[in-house]
Amino acid sequence: MNFANLLDNYEEAVAMILFVIGFSNLLLQPNLIKKIIGMNIMDTAIYLFLALKGYIEGHKAPIVVDGVQSTEAYINPIPSGLVLTGIVVSVSVSALMLSLTIRLYRRYHTLNLDEISTQIKKEDM
Amino acid sequence: MEFVQNFPFLTIILALFSGPLCSVLKSKAAKRVNTISIALILVMSVAVLLFTLQTGEAYVYRMGHFSAPWGNEIRVGVLEAFMAVFFCVVMLLCMLGGRRELAEEVEETKQNLYYVMVGLLLSSLLALIYTNDLFTAYVFVEINTISACGLIMIRQNGRAIEAATRYMIMSLLGSGLLLMGICYLYDLTGHLLMSNIKEQVAILAETGEYHIPLLISITLMSVGLAIKSALFPFHSWVPDAYGYSTLSSSAILSSLVSKGYIFLVVKIFYRVIGFDVIRESKVINVLFVFGVMGMIFGSLSAIRESNIRRMIAWSSVAQIGYIYMGFGLGTTAGMIASLFHILSHAATKSMLFVSASGLMDVSNHDTDFFALTGSGYRNKAAGVAFTAGSLSMVGIPLFSGFISKVLFASAAYDTSGKLIPAMIALALSTLLNAIYFMKTVIRIYTPAHRANIETDSRVITAKEQPQKTAVLALFVVLNLILGLFSEPIVNMLTQGLEMFG
Repeated sequence: MNFANLLDNYEEAVAMILFVIGFSNLLLQPNLIKKIIGMNIMDTAIYLFLALKGYIEGHKAPIVVDGVQSTEAYINPIPSGLVLTGIVVSVSVSALMLSLTIRLYRRYHTLNLDEISTQIKKEDM
Repeated sequence: MEFVQNFPFLTIILALFSGPLCSVLKSKAAKRVNTISIALILVMSVAVLLFTLQTGEAYVYRMGHFSAPWGNEIRVGVLEAFMAVFFCVVMLLCMLGGRRELAEEVEETKQNLYYVMVGLLLSSLLALIYTNDLFTAYVFVEINTISACGLIMIRQNGRAIEAATRYMIMSLLGSGLLLMGICYLYDLTGHLLMSNIKEQVAILAETGEYHIPLLISITLMSVGLAIKSALFPFHSWVPDAYGYSTLSSSAILSSLVSKGYIFLVVKIFYRVIGFDVIRESKVINVLFVFGVMGMIFGSLSAIRESNIRRMIAWSSVAQIGYIYMGFGLGTTAGMIASLFHILSHAATKSMLFVSASGLMDVSNHDTDFFALTGSGYRNKAAGVAFTAGSLSMVGIPLFSGFISKVLFASAAYDTSGKLIPAMIALALSTLLNAIYFMKTVIRIYTPAHRANIETDSRVITAKEQPQKTAVLALFVVLNLILGLFSEPIVNMLTQGLEMFG
């Protein structure tokens, strides 16, 4: 294993660690709000990764000023576009999850998903 | 360019806009707009299918006339067009079959919103079928998830909302992994259009460069989509989501939503990565193992279940296992068997859901297994359809399930090393299917007085519910068509798969 590469690309490593933190929060936290926060961390980690991939050291944002059209001057704009699309998706999904959370809270007065499940099972009996 | 070639794009747009239109109409008009738009999309898809069969090759439709590698594309061949036709047929039947339940179980003010969700769902399914752009596919996967969640939570009781939440959480985990996989692949290849990615991946595979990142990307995408389509270890949300939503939702979710994701898996295997690279990556072996386990554990859970709708839902887990086992065989024959099983399962599972609800209607709306005693006599149409569906699931000749089992078995013969596990799994799963489906069929045809069980005495004749009876009859016919005329359909799938990559 060559850890030197890992140090060189520490930004990507950070993105991956954040992704795993978010993923495990979404999967394991019983609290619904914390789950949603986890989901947002996970999504943001992906955007960080994408933005890093589009960034080229020393280049500027791809907006043509002073008539400079050489590709040498600008970063890759496509990952930025993908990040924007991703943010839109993530916002709508967060809104949906929050609305579901509100409904469950109004009905069961708790944010703990496991507790909600037990209450539902009790209702059935 | 022929006018027909615009139809795939037009069907997506039509489905997308029929939804919001429904939300502002009166409920009766909304119902009609929804049915007409699905029927229209069906007719247009048939036209596209005939066109592609005639020309015998796939064509690329450039969105906004930007050519590759910059623009966004739609790519249409026989397989895509056939899937679109089939999905529309099943969607139409599911909507017609669950109409009365929808009116009873959903608040009147919310019913129009249901049609919005159905429109969105259909449009995202069509887009997943047709798109040639990986990131567009991701966006429509999310739209599909959101609308499917809407379909579950439209029935406003605690169970349905909890089921929707659990469904959403699992789906979000899946889409996170899928998006990460797509980002990796974009990073490796520099493209988002599927055909361009494939060219670059072929170069990478040849030189052996970036072997591990490529493997990680394939794994992330496969696992992400496997979670979303409820492959065995990730299936925990299935019984609740299918068991407690309204009838049309359960039928659509089990027969179409998971199939949309599976179709995307096929697309990633054939068009994005290339099947040779996938086979060498050994990811399919993992899918094979999980598929086989799903076939057995799904059926075992179904045997233990006493709620009939949850039992059918558990059976879905087993059937998804079949499909992934077919992918795992790693041959074209296995892939065709899986594609046929997608059709067979979609036609059968929606029929089982609709007929089971017909049986529950004459049993005090009780989902319990014992309450259904003798219900096959009280609602004859539903009884016959449920029996036909059960026979198909078990794999009795004449019905579609038999053909898919034969295809799986003959595909397994051509593989080295996977023959014995695949055969054992097929045999065991058929046996388990027979146990729980035949148990139910015997139960619904046991006269209640002989079993000494107090049941509902209501009787529903075909005349009282002409629409539902017609839907059930059409489902049976669809199943028989798949079972009896399988050869032209398998030929079409083979031809479609050849021009798919």
